[in-house]
Amino acid sequence: MPDARDVAVVAFAQSDHLRRSDEFSEVEMVMPVLHEVLRRTGLGTGDIGFTCSGSSDYLAGRAFSFTMTLDGVGAWPPISESHVEMDGAWALYEAWVKLLTGEADTALVYAYGKSSPGQVRDVLTRQLDPYYLAPLWPDSVALAALQAQALIDAGIADEPALAGIAARSRSSAADNPHAQLKGSIPSGQYVVQPLRTGDCPPVGDGAAAVILAAGDRARELCDRPAWIRGIDHSIEAHSLGVRDLTDSPSTRLAAERAGAFERPVDTAELHAPFSSQEVVLRRALNLDDRVRVNPSGGALAANPVMAAGLIRLGEAAARIHRGESDRALAHATSGPCLQQNLVAVLEGEAYDA
Amino acid sequence: MSTAPSPDLLIAPLVVEFPFTRSLGPVQSAFLTGLRERTVLGVKAADGTVLVPPVEYDPVTAEEIRDLVEVGDTGTVTTWAWNPVPRRDQPPAQPFAWVLVRLDGADTALLHVLDAPGPEAVRTGMRVRIRWAEERTGAITDIACFEQYESEPADGRAAAHSGEFANLVTGIVAPARLDYTYSPGRAQTAYINALAGRKTVGERCPLCRKVYVPPRGACPTCGVATDEQVEVGPRGTVTTFCIVNIKAKNLDIDVPYVYAHIALDGADLALHGRIGQIPYDQVRMGLRVEPVWRDGSRHPDHYRPTGEPDADYDAYKELL
Repeated sequence: MPDARDVAVVAFAQSDHLRRSDEFSEVEMVMPVLHEVLRRTGLGTGDIGFTCSGSSDYLAGRAFSFTMTLDGVGAWPPISESHVEMDGAWALYEAWVKLLTGEADTALVYAYGKSSPGQVRDVLTRQLDPYYLAPLWPDSVALAALQAQALIDAGIADEPALAGIAARSRSSAADNPHAQLKGSIPSGQYVVQPLRTGDCPPVGDGAAAVILAAGDRARELCDRPAWIRGIDHSIEAHSLGVRDLTDSPSTRLAAERAGAFERPVDTAELHAPFSSQEVVLRRALNLDDRVRVNPSGGALAANPVMAAGLIRLGEAAARIHRGESDRALAHATSGPCLQQNLVAVLEGEAYDA
Repeated sequence: MSTAPSPDLLIAPLVVEFPFTRSLGPVQSAFLTGLRERTVLGVKAADGTVLVPPVEYDPVTAEEIRDLVEVGDTGTVTTWAWNPVPRRDQPPAQPFAWVLVRLDGADTALLHVLDAPGPEAVRTGMRVRIRWAEERTGAITDIACFEQYESEPADGRAAAHSGEFANLVTGIVAPARLDYTYSPGRAQTAYINALAGRKTVGERCPLCRKVYVPPRGACPTCGVATDEQVEVGPRGTVTTFCIVNIKAKNLDIDVPYVYAHIALDGADLALHGRIGQIPYDQVRMGLRVEPVWRDGSRHPDHYRPTGEPDADYDAYKELL
């Protein structure tokens, strides 16, 4: 392996996130996003060194569903390609490693999810262990609600505080043209107490893509690349009942290994589909009020399952591209109650450098 | 993207259903058999921690653990959430609380449901007891639910248990069913709608001009959307084939039969279909064929020889 190279996010694109998109197959939904992210760099599909995607067959209700979207990346003649059955943030991690090895100079990472054909609360129960949990069908909101109540019992949060997080997220999303829920949204009824409609993410369809590039190639493709200073991901113990649901040690460990605590960040894009999860993440990451959290509105404003984590990395990078952030933290999660967590630290170079 | 589906967009229910069949290791086998016998077992880690439900590997050290212990059927709620609208397959049909319960003698909590009249009757720290299902088979649902039960937490450590039972449960079948409303999207809807009129419609790539059948809305070579519809066939050429010798379940076709790739005239991608009305051992590359439709079928039943001379290899060599 050659000396470690600097790798940056050089472009980001996402779809408008909608409650349903019946008229479009997955590839029809993904293609405009792929074209947009390529257009931003001037690259063609044939110029990409490595392609990696994230999606889930359980959302599509069909085996090997990701192969259909490969038509959208120009997979013939043969390309170097991989897929994770997970949020696209983990596909980005794989692509980052590929670029570090020197096997490619550019990578296209994309992710998509259509939740509208199924019932996403039920679909997500199939990722639970089949012996003790799956036969009870505890849905994603129920599991998040157990975590929220644990926070309330511990005196760390209360329902008004959670409502405040939801309101701040949707109000920040007013500036995000892609968001599904924005502006003033009522807290609504309990879905599973203590979580109300407003504490839960919208269910919808959407896609996102980023392009990574190494070293000088990144400088050619982007005026202000978002350099990846570190990424790591980690996982909690499998069984919910052995965990302290008010804490996220795996997020803290990933952040430490990604270098997040070496210097303060100015922005954090946190993948917290439920308002209560932002509380857990802020504590695990030692984020105080000086850090701008989820200026995009976060997953409470748009939560295309399998793409929402990659979008956090893309939004953080885009703020660096636009000069609105110098050092940003991006977080992605997967699984129930923040089961798996990925943290990346992105930086832009000083303008006079 | 538009939100209002066009009137001719195809939409149909899609049910994915499967019996998830799993074998159990020694620890899970003892635990689930124990539930059938109204006995709750946990496992003791090297540091003395008692894990219920039991796991096979220590979540901290990853060491294999096998020391089974018996814990109580009473315990304490460590967190809860009130579910006002139960979803299909969730254990009680009436509103209930999800709970994590630390059983007496255990150090970790078990996820299950609590039968209670309303959220005001539930709190963290409340004492509960297992209500057993009347019919028990060796599954987590042998615990019907928890119910409120005022009692003092039991003292002392959990007692060792051999894990030996008559008739050990060694596997589970967990039925899973997910319901979808499937739409194939714009391009495939157009293809399927055309088939209803016994026409085969492909889409041409605006860049490389290739015609894809069936169309999926994208050119896999250029990575761009295809949108120009082109009627192809009905005749075509066998580009390659195989002879099927094993009869598929529920399929009313005598073996051996031939399954072939067929390049319809005007198409740049071969689709596949069965070749009939010719002995299986006389099918060949280059054979010219045409579709045979049956009443009520949305697809050609099979393809038969047209009687034309075979196509030149050069005419289809790019379509293999």
